[in-house]
Amino acid sequence: MSATAEQPNATEARIANLNLRSEGWSGSARADAVTRLRAMGLPERRDEYWKFTRPDALTQADAPEAAVFHAGEAALFASTDTLTIVFDDGVFNPDASDALAMDYLSIERLAEADADIHWAKGVYGVLEARGQTPVPRPLAALNTAFATDGVLIHVTGKVPKPISLVYNHSDETSDAILHHVIKLDAGAELTVLENGPAAARFNKVMEVDIADTATFHHVRAQGRDHERRAATHLFARLGTESTFKSFTLTVNGRLTRNECVIELTGDDAIAHVAGACVGDGDFHHDDTVFITHDAERCESRQVFKKVLRNGAVGVFQGKILVKAGAQKTDGYQISQSLLLDGDSEFLAKPELEIYADDVVCSHGSTSGAIDEEALFYLRSRGVPEAPATDLLTLAFLAEAVEEIEDEGLRDVMVDRLEGWLERHRG
Amino acid sequence: MLNIKNLHVKLEEEDKQILKGVDLSVEAGKVHAIMGPNGSGKSTLSYVLSGKDGYEVTEGAAYLGDIDLLDIDPEERAAAGLFLAFQYPVEIPGVGNMTFLRTAVNAQRKARGEEEMSAAEFLKVVRARAKELKIDADMLKRPVNVGFSGGEKKRNEILQMAMLEPKMCILDETDSGLDVDAMKLVAEGVNALRNEGRGFLVITHYQRLLDHIKPDVVHIMADGRIVKTGGPELALEVENNGYADILAEVA
Repeated sequence: MSATAEQPNATEARIANLNLRSEGWSGSARADAVTRLRAMGLPERRDEYWKFTRPDALTQADAPEAAVFHAGEAALFASTDTLTIVFDDGVFNPDASDALAMDYLSIERLAEADADIHWAKGVYGVLEARGQTPVPRPLAALNTAFATDGVLIHVTGKVPKPISLVYNHSDETSDAILHHVIKLDAGAELTVLENGPAAARFNKVMEVDIADTATFHHVRAQGRDHERRAATHLFARLGTESTFKSFTLTVNGRLTRNECVIELTGDDAIAHVAGACVGDGDFHHDDTVFITHDAERCESRQVFKKVLRNGAVGVFQGKILVKAGAQKTDGYQISQSLLLDGDSEFLAKPELEIYADDVVCSHGSTSGAIDEEALFYLRSRGVPEAPATDLLTLAFLAEAVEEIEDEGLRDVMVDRLEGWLERHRG
Repeated sequence: MLNIKNLHVKLEEEDKQILKGVDLSVEAGKVHAIMGPNGSGKSTLSYVLSGKDGYEVTEGAAYLGDIDLLDIDPEERAAAGLFLAFQYPVEIPGVGNMTFLRTAVNAQRKARGEEEMSAAEFLKVVRARAKELKIDADMLKRPVNVGFSGGEKKRNEILQMAMLEPKMCILDETDSGLDVDAMKLVAEGVNALRNEGRGFLVITHYQRLLDHIKPDVVHIMADGRIVKTGGPELALEVENNGYADILAEVA
């Protein structure tokens, strides 16, 4: 985000045709976000935070084309009882969606919430703005300014079934910007599921404000379209004794940058973020995580596993920042890749920054190939090489998948992975 | 059952000849033991037969029935009925023991054109077999061999053997790392599998395993060859006098 002659132009070119809404409660947040964005400028390749991932396709004025792909798979989470909300290329589909009502929560669409006073004003763009320091995240500011839709969910109690956000992709040039706001009151519980490729290019922000003793679970699958590109940001703020657990499965997609920015602001809070990704060929997947411990006795855990082949590239940038006074912090971070051939690449940048003296923080990062001894053992028992490799690949991903607390949802993810592996042998 | 003829094997990576003409035939229903000092090539023989990488057969042949073992992949050898109980069973984190067993059983059935075992049927059989080997439910649930004691790993090998029902079983130093009780348990497991249709090749340093798994034929291997063959009394001779006398005698 260094000041160069053409860089402000790139930002202006990107937002020239976007509509900045000024009316209603979100108007001032959107105006502030544009100001933030212009000050930062869109990311460029020379930016340290984008050293491993080329931002061009995410920042250029028009979305690069992305062919629609039909995997012939059953809809994900179809067997789970959910309140389903469907977006087609970023546009709400009322016919495919359930009524936006359920016990213990209020739910509205961002596009329709036009009143001047709204609860979401305290969160919309607020967590995003907090997440801009110390590292700027211009694509998230762009999202706050120009999001066309999304859901605003206020949770007041223990919600009996998950909310499932489904993102269909059917237009080869669609460019979707969605922004969700979720606010959990003290003691509330909610599970949010997301799945689908969403659009040719997708910019999504989810802000989650978790009050004391509340619990938020998030399970996401990013869709199988080979050519889609996505930049997503998940901002979460956690109160005392609250819990946040997020898991993301990514299979294919030409470019994915998932940023997760978590602030532990209340004592004894727990934040787990995990990801399993499998990439084959022209595939670039970037997990960028920033967790700030700003309270005592909090636990954070990052578990990221990537399986890469045929030139696929995986990136992990994970940081744990322990502020002064955040004593008894327990921070754990592991990022691992399984490289199924010599063409693939894994780039990892684990970071710890600690200003408290009584903390336990560990991080590790590894890159390896299939264990030949284990492969021979399986083959000697009659399991042919391809399924034996699949079994070992699933075993490698298991540590991340096991981060999903709900057994049913975990099985759904394992099934999807098994199907993918079987179709992508050799 | 198993016919090995003039087998010569060298290491793939270096110019080192390990087997220098092994001739051996194990008949169905018989238990053959191979004894020999360290470095005589016993474990290499078991690896070459089961298809491990890193070895090059320079001469000779190995047949299981009329199947040319050296011509097919490890999984095909297994489906043909060959089983190697490993000296050092491999730990596989993340793969449940039960999943591993069922995958193996059904992969072999599929390869032979047989119907796969249903989950319920499999569970019933595996529980019964596990009980005989004093393998508890917890061991079945845990990842393959991860955190298993030496004895548990070897019992787990015998459980796999019992589930896969091979025609020809090779036991590579199954007694290593076992205390007397564990060895008895493993030997009972093996003895329970002895029948007219199945051959065994038991590789061991010591005679004591052969107290529990009584062999029909004992071979002494040294420097890449079978140098002497006899009855069970040959194992006792080794126990009493060591290998030196025998090796001096055949030299």
